[in-house]
Amino acid sequence: MATITLTDLVKSYDDTQVLHHVEGAFEDGEFIVIVGPSGCGKSTLLRMVAGLESVTSGEIRIGDRVVNDLEPADRDIAMVFQNYALYPHMSVFDNMAYGLKIRRIPKDEIRKRVEDAADILEIRDYLQRRPRQLSGGQRQRVAMGRAIVRDPQVFLFDEPLSNLDAKLRVQMRLEIRKLQKRLGVTSIYVTHDQVEAMTLGDRLMVLNGGYVEQFGAPTELYERPASIFVAGFIGSPSMNFFEVTVAEGVATLPSGAKMSSSTTYSGKATLGVRPEHMSPAPDGPLKIEVGMLEQLGANTLVHGVLEGRSEEIVASLPGLEHINVRTTLGFDAPSESIHLFDETGVRID
Amino acid sequence: MIEQRPLLTAMSHIIMVLGVILVAFPIWITFVAATHDDIRMVQAPLPLLPGEHFFENLDKTLFGVGLSGTESAPVWLMLLNSLAMALMIAFGKIAISLLSAFAIVYFKFPFRMGFFWMIFITLMLPVEVRILPTFEVVASLGMLNSYWGLTVPLIASATATFMFRQVFLTVPDEMLESARIDGAGPMRFFFDILLPLSRTNIAALFVILFIYGWNQYLWPLLVTTETDMTTIVMSIKQMLEAAEQSPQWNIIMMTALLAMLPPIVVVIGMQKLFVQGLTETDK
Repeated sequence: MATITLTDLVKSYDDTQVLHHVEGAFEDGEFIVIVGPSGCGKSTLLRMVAGLESVTSGEIRIGDRVVNDLEPADRDIAMVFQNYALYPHMSVFDNMAYGLKIRRIPKDEIRKRVEDAADILEIRDYLQRRPRQLSGGQRQRVAMGRAIVRDPQVFLFDEPLSNLDAKLRVQMRLEIRKLQKRLGVTSIYVTHDQVEAMTLGDRLMVLNGGYVEQFGAPTELYERPASIFVAGFIGSPSMNFFEVTVAEGVATLPSGAKMSSSTTYSGKATLGVRPEHMSPAPDGPLKIEVGMLEQLGANTLVHGVLEGRSEEIVASLPGLEHINVRTTLGFDAPSESIHLFDETGVRID
Repeated sequence: MIEQRPLLTAMSHIIMVLGVILVAFPIWITFVAATHDDIRMVQAPLPLLPGEHFFENLDKTLFGVGLSGTESAPVWLMLLNSLAMALMIAFGKIAISLLSAFAIVYFKFPFRMGFFWMIFITLMLPVEVRILPTFEVVASLGMLNSYWGLTVPLIASATATFMFRQVFLTVPDEMLESARIDGAGPMRFFFDILLPLSRTNIAALFVILFIYGWNQYLWPLLVTTETDMTTIVMSIKQMLEAAEQSPQWNIIMMTALLAMLPPIVVVIGMQKLFVQGLTETDK
């Protein structure tokens, strides 16, 4: 078990810098999720910790060792790949035992460790099979088993669930979470799926274009997003944004409607409000011309545009609602769930 | 495709039967000729049905001096020479091209692509083109009349290197990364992961290269001058020219028949792996 410290970490390919001065201190046993859109550098960051990519400048520490120049095998880590990377010509047992064999661990010790891991993951019956005879979910378990038997200080996950179907993904997500808590191994998990990130992580690091946008607990990211990017990325469906002018604690929408806020800021700003925080209010400031409904059962998503304008807006109502398309509805949102961002996209309090 | 057209079926069968006859008839003649004695073989018309001297001819060919009145080596020794040459060429080519493909795909070194193209260009330089300088080199190294002289100049293979390069490129990068995290060094990765993954390709290539080596004619003709180093393929030609007497067809045909056997055994024995190696793409 170990802490991980990233100090002023930079990665460049030739002249292009893809990671900019990333800082982070991960606690022992913590489950860290790195999340961001594709191409944001999240996999590169993970692969740098693994030792598969070189460090341009800065420092990576696992425990109290600087690992910048150590081979992946010497970093005491285990990694689960997106396509599992199982050795197709070896049985499940040999796949899991391979790393231990190379480390010259005695045979009975290997057998014991593999069987223990197989019991944890419930794959004991498949130990003699080849990877191609297994389903996607089972391969996923074998890949995890290969990580577990090594008993490493750090687990690294590179989008391990993206090849599974939706139902299995939800199930494996919970299992990974339980397993990590049970083993107490510091873990870094990379994903582009914000739901996965919210459910798995003790803390989330949101990356955008190689910059850390925000690093904090899932609830903190949801309740107090540090930037427009985080606000739009976390939460589903995405937050609604409007250009507003703020003066004396009142935000004025382009339509002239006013919403109150507790800010002391004045000037142009972007106002954000989550669909699930909007409640029907016939006299509310947000008038929506309903364009389309998504009835999901547990809630109903109302898609439309602000009355007389082109800004799109989504509201989420609990339960099944029957609303006629092309009617106009009024909505309001409490001032504590209104987020304001200045012109550079940074949160205003 | 499922079709119910009797005429088409009949036609395609006729064409295929004709094709089989075209290929098989000379082999049948060879076999028949190998079962008669030498007197019958010079009488017209040529026999079309097997005679009774098969084992007698076999014994004479394999362990006798072959043709009477010449000083050629017994055929069993030629078979052995051919076998040694074909195996050395096949295994040597596979080993060298596996290693060079491994270097080209998995290591970064200066002029990597330059080396690759240099290997590739040798495709244009088969032994027939560079025969004089190559002979000079082999002669200066004192390798005439030896297995080394027979095989070493033929052992580098651009085709095989290229093929293994393509095979290695289909192995996902994660496999290497995973092995690196497991602690496998480059050679360990090569032997534990890459070799087993290219098993079927190696088998397919072995079949092709074994036959290539077995069928070598021009090169052995040049580098072997002693009779106990002759290979079977070159000896058949020599038998036809032997002495002024009429050719002993029964012995010659028996030799040809024996020369055909090892490639057939290799092809049939490795058929399954051969097809897998050329068609399987799943890694």
